[in-house]
Amino acid sequence: MSRRRIAPSAIVWLLVGAVYFLLPLLATFLFSIKDQNTGKCCSLASYGFILHDPQFWTTLKLSFRLALETIVVGLLLFVPTLYWVHLRLPKLRPVIGFIALVPFVIPPIILVVGLLQFFKDDVHAPFWFLGKPDLFLVGAYVILAFPYIYFSLDAGFRSIDVHTLTEASQSLGAGWPTTLGRVIIPNIRVAALAGAFLTLAIVMGEFTIASLSTFHTFPTYIQFINESQAYPAAAVTLMSFAITWAAMLSLLLIGRQGGRRTVRVGPGR
Amino acid sequence: MPFFAYTLVFLFLPAATVMVGAFQGATGGYTFDNVTEIAQTASLRHAYKESIEISLVTALLGGLLGFLIAYAAIRDGTPNWIRSAFATFSGVAANFGGIPLAFAFIATLGTIGIVTQFLANQLHWNPYFHGFTIFGKTGVELAYLYFQIPLMILVIAPAIDGLRQEWSEASSNLGANRLQFWRHIGLPVLFPSLLGAMILLFGNAFAAYATAYSLTSGTGLPLVPILIGADLSGNVYTNPHEGQALAFGMFVVLAAMMLFYIPLQRRATRWSR
Repeated sequence: MSRRRIAPSAIVWLLVGAVYFLLPLLATFLFSIKDQNTGKCCSLASYGFILHDPQFWTTLKLSFRLALETIVVGLLLFVPTLYWVHLRLPKLRPVIGFIALVPFVIPPIILVVGLLQFFKDDVHAPFWFLGKPDLFLVGAYVILAFPYIYFSLDAGFRSIDVHTLTEASQSLGAGWPTTLGRVIIPNIRVAALAGAFLTLAIVMGEFTIASLSTFHTFPTYIQFINESQAYPAAAVTLMSFAITWAAMLSLLLIGRQGGRRTVRVGPGR
Repeated sequence: MPFFAYTLVFLFLPAATVMVGAFQGATGGYTFDNVTEIAQTASLRHAYKESIEISLVTALLGGLLGFLIAYAAIRDGTPNWIRSAFATFSGVAANFGGIPLAFAFIATLGTIGIVTQFLANQLHWNPYFHGFTIFGKTGVELAYLYFQIPLMILVIAPAIDGLRQEWSEASSNLGANRLQFWRHIGLPVLFPSLLGAMILLFGNAFAAYATAYSLTSGTGLPLVPILIGADLSGNVYTNPHEGQALAFGMFVVLAAMMLFYIPLQRRATRWSR
């Protein structure tokens, strides 16, 4: 006896939600097409300003490269570990799950205090480490990505029969590398991609650690534009939003292709 | 295993430095001075109060609105495409924080924001003449709700889905109205999930840095993460251990939050199939 019509109170709340979500986007868009000198509609000059700024491309490329590196390191750490844990050491699973949740209790603002103190003052890490975003930042970003990579992959490993697949592969004469590379990984590909896209979204937006350890990434570039150029700031804000959209929509699409729901999103920042 | 070595170097040892550093004096000995200083310094106490207040307000409001919107999207009668549109959008918006979010709200409700201009020119009511500013506490709260509400929708939707159709049918067969259903069945079953989700939102807002930094960098709203940031940039405090003590304080709040969250999570799954 389910009612067919949409309830009036439901309409009210859905409208409230829709307006609250869409208004800031609309306002940013209207801002971005204002003329830089007169403040009147309509001009694409703000987009031109951003696209012709070499800093935009440098920081965007850097953040994208950091995201890819974070994804690779994160998967290299988690895939073999989780495979081994699911196969041989199921007792360790809660331990890994606990470690993957620790970044929620040690958020970026605390982590960056510890990282700077630890590497700068305690172990006196050399400048080739501290000064390189690919080492210092990726090191930190992998930690931030822990919960997302773990939950995606863990769901993936639970949905396949690790034991049977491994035994079948080995009774056919495959060694560990072949088993992992040609049997296990293709079976958890969707889960790995889901974790990868979430990680991409996080790294492309991470500001706290980057700015406090004085690296110039895409988000710190946006903040710099925010402080100096009102209308181009709107344009670059929309571009950043488009990147998040692209990452999350890819996540949904591959989730659908895989035929199961692997989408799992938690608190960011 | 390399996994454990990695977490040790990039997570546990740096975190331990913060914990130990919080209890170290300027000359190296161990002391409670840094921590007691927070309790005794009015401006630092105030920062914790403001941080906790903003987190509470956005967790409660975001939790309530998120629940109502999620229920409206999921309940019978709402077309499926609306439901999936809200689910997709929540997935994006919950991850849309930081610097761009701050600017989106400046473009909306800043001094020359689109909505501000509309209110001032069309309705002749400029909110900035009436004490409102997007660059202060209310502004930060409004901006935080932009990721708090979607996060609530994502977290609570499975629990609402778990409310079984048979329960509502059984209760109406026994003569209960909608209000009685919610009072005696719906809310008691959902309560642990709701509370758990709101605790998660609290932590989410408490730990946020970028949005508040970008919105309030001119006005200096003192939040704990912002004080820590200023400390690291080296232009406010002279004692490096103060930043560590502040970070330790945040950790204590977040850890306490987790202690509440985990048992609630366990209770919340009791009714799931």
